[in-house]
Amino acid sequence: MTDVTRMVADSPVQFLAPDGTFAPNVGAEEYAPFVERLDDAALQRMFRDMAMVRAFDVEAGNLQRQGQLALWVPSHGQEAAQVGSACAMRPQDHIFPSYREHAVGMVRGIDLMNVIRMLRGLTHGGWDPKDPRNGNFHLYTLVIGSQALHATGYAMGIQFDGAFGTGDPENDQAVVVYFGDGATSQGDVSEAFVFAASYQTPQVFFLQNNHWAISVPVSRQSRTPLYRRGEGFGIPSVQIDGNDVLASYAVTAKNLDEARAGGGPRLVEALTYRIGAHTTSDDPTKYRTDDELASWVARDPIARFQAYLRGRGAADAFFDGVAAEAKDFAADTRRRTLALESPPAELMFENVYTDEHPLTAEQFEWLGRYEESLEGGDAR
Amino acid sequence: MTEVGTVTTPTTSELQTMPMAKALNAGLAAAMAADERVLLMGEDIGTLGGVFRVTEGLKNTYGEHRVLDTPLAESGIVGTAIGLAMRGYRPVCEIQFDGFIFPGFDQITTQLAKLTNRHEGAQAFPIVIRVPYGGHIGAVEHHQESPEAYFAHTAGLRSVSPSTPHDAYWMIQEAIAANDPVMFFEPKSRYWQKGAVDLAAPAVPLHSSRVVRTGSDVTVLAHGAMVSVLLQAAELAASEGISLEVVDLRSIAPIDYAPILESVRKTGRLIVAQEAPGNVSVGSEIAATVAERAFYSLEAPVLRVSGFDVPFPPAKLEGVFLPDADRILEAVDRALAY
Ligand SMILES: Cc1ncc(C[n+]2csc(CCOP(=O)(O)OP(=O)(O)O)c2C)c(N)n1
Ligand SMILES: [Mg+2]
Repeated sequence: MTDVTRMVADSPVQFLAPDGTFAPNVGAEEYAPFVERLDDAALQRMFRDMAMVRAFDVEAGNLQRQGQLALWVPSHGQEAAQVGSACAMRPQDHIFPSYREHAVGMVRGIDLMNVIRMLRGLTHGGWDPKDPRNGNFHLYTLVIGSQALHATGYAMGIQFDGAFGTGDPENDQAVVVYFGDGATSQGDVSEAFVFAASYQTPQVFFLQNNHWAISVPVSRQSRTPLYRRGEGFGIPSVQIDGNDVLASYAVTAKNLDEARAGGGPRLVEALTYRIGAHTTSDDPTKYRTDDELASWVARDPIARFQAYLRGRGAADAFFDGVAAEAKDFAADTRRRTLALESPPAELMFENVYTDEHPLTAEQFEWLGRYEESLEGGDAR
Repeated sequence: MTEVGTVTTPTTSELQTMPMAKALNAGLAAAMAADERVLLMGEDIGTLGGVFRVTEGLKNTYGEHRVLDTPLAESGIVGTAIGLAMRGYRPVCEIQFDGFIFPGFDQITTQLAKLTNRHEGAQAFPIVIRVPYGGHIGAVEHHQESPEAYFAHTAGLRSVSPSTPHDAYWMIQEAIAANDPVMFFEPKSRYWQKGAVDLAAPAVPLHSSRVVRTGSDVTVLAHGAMVSVLLQAAELAASEGISLEVVDLRSIAPIDYAPILESVRKTGRLIVAQEAPGNVSVGSEIAATVAERAFYSLEAPVLRVSGFDVPFPPAKLEGVFLPDADRILEAVDRALAY
């Protein structure tokens, strides 16, 4: 039985208790081998990624408040869900994020300054998903839910190309799409479930249920635990403790490898929480209680993982090193943000089409003449 | 200088100064008080009061069954509003930002716009769809667009856009009282601008355009936030001895041509300004119609000053994309050169 009011399954997969003790629950059993293959170096890398993104995120929020960014979208609190799932991917996988997946982007190799540039109002994109250095991390999508269909179409293409299901996990491809609890209400997301199930695409739907869609609680979007939506569409689905990086890693790894092997689409619902505001334009005190926030701060994914790693013998020197590196990363982000220059006006006329287009060409020319006339002393 | 939205003979006791967002809030409250079948629906409009706080406090006053924090689905919002209207409600839907109306586009254009006609008059669809729209706020993608032409193009929909708190207060109530679907475009960059609202009476009917500054050399026309740009341009022009007559369109569909034609017959020149891209735009329609109806009065072709025909650019370039007073004056010079 599931607790409908709390929207939580009997046993959301969990390896680490909130205090960091290693205590896999019943749900975790089948995923244990995936955790066992992580050695200390891999675990410590995950910790480092989480800490780096936290520092980056906090600094970006500061930069926004100081007028350096148009907006910031914090990932604070969702680092375990994001880093765990990202580390479970293989290089050949394709990732379709929403707009909060800074940690996933970092793990996949994008320069997070590109996200900064987007939220500073310098670009609508920011990176080239086709550049191998960017880890097949596709562009952010601000229109809620749209990317679920793009991901599914991409996975259909993989399927039609026969680029999966050969039994070679080093080469078989798969797709991961990220979306939120609010997004599950959009028609596009349901339609993506329909297409994915219908074509049995090699993909994982990774749902970060951070319990809020701006001011609207998840209970407005669903009266059934959200992972069961997937089941209703015929997509095997599982709910995890999304603040447990090991659960996020292991469950994504298993499901993604099943999908790449030809097992069809999967859905992972990560229960997590948006510790920060929805965006820097938002005031969460208007709609959620301090108690609720405090209860989730007590389940902080980084503190939990840190306690676990300490228990495994990680030394102060390691944590100090990560803290110093994270601090440098934040400082570097600030320095690079302040050095950003505004784009030239022609940017908006570029790449509107792939082929030549007379209207944009004409208007670009007109703008050039117009700006010249202003400079020529005609300005008022 | 003629203040936009100043009404002719207000009794001071009924004049209140407030920003447009507050005026809309007051207008919505008045409509809800007047008719208990009026209900509001949208994302984050209840507890939060909307991301622009236009519906602030209304859930507290009227309860969660009249101010609905809906699930996150625009097609759902508009589609269920249609069913509610069939049940006798008068839904007022909020779309959070211009660029997010399109998941609801099918319900608006293929259902809402056509259902009155398909019911052969047996059922009215008094639904208002509020859309905060337009630029000047330095926001990210999909948050600064002007999509009104898509809707003006669709028969069965009415479209309006206030430019002042006074008009916002009255036009929202008139839109709610209308028996047809009304697309209500709110110039979000004007939400925080204060203006006098005469609580006693509207200035002119919902679908009227009107002259908000008289002049003699060139008529300039716009709706929404662009009206204030025109007024600014008119001030600058005046200092150079050029007299602009400014028309606030107010209604995008239908367009009230009488004041426009009258003005053009006087000045002989018309410039239509808009934030939206110019290709197949509201301004195109006005230019064509004025050319048809006032050809012999025109001393120059009707000129359009529009956003460029490109996606609304990243925020740092919005100042280049959006027509400003200089762009208006450049067109004024061109019109006068004929
Ligand atoms: C189609 C559409 N409608 C509305 C919005 C405005 N909006 C931006 S984020 C958001 C809430 C999204 O919630 P959720 O899917 O849970 O993701 P989260 O922000 O919590 O990560 C809304 C309503 C939008 N971006 N797109
Ligand atoms: Mg959410």
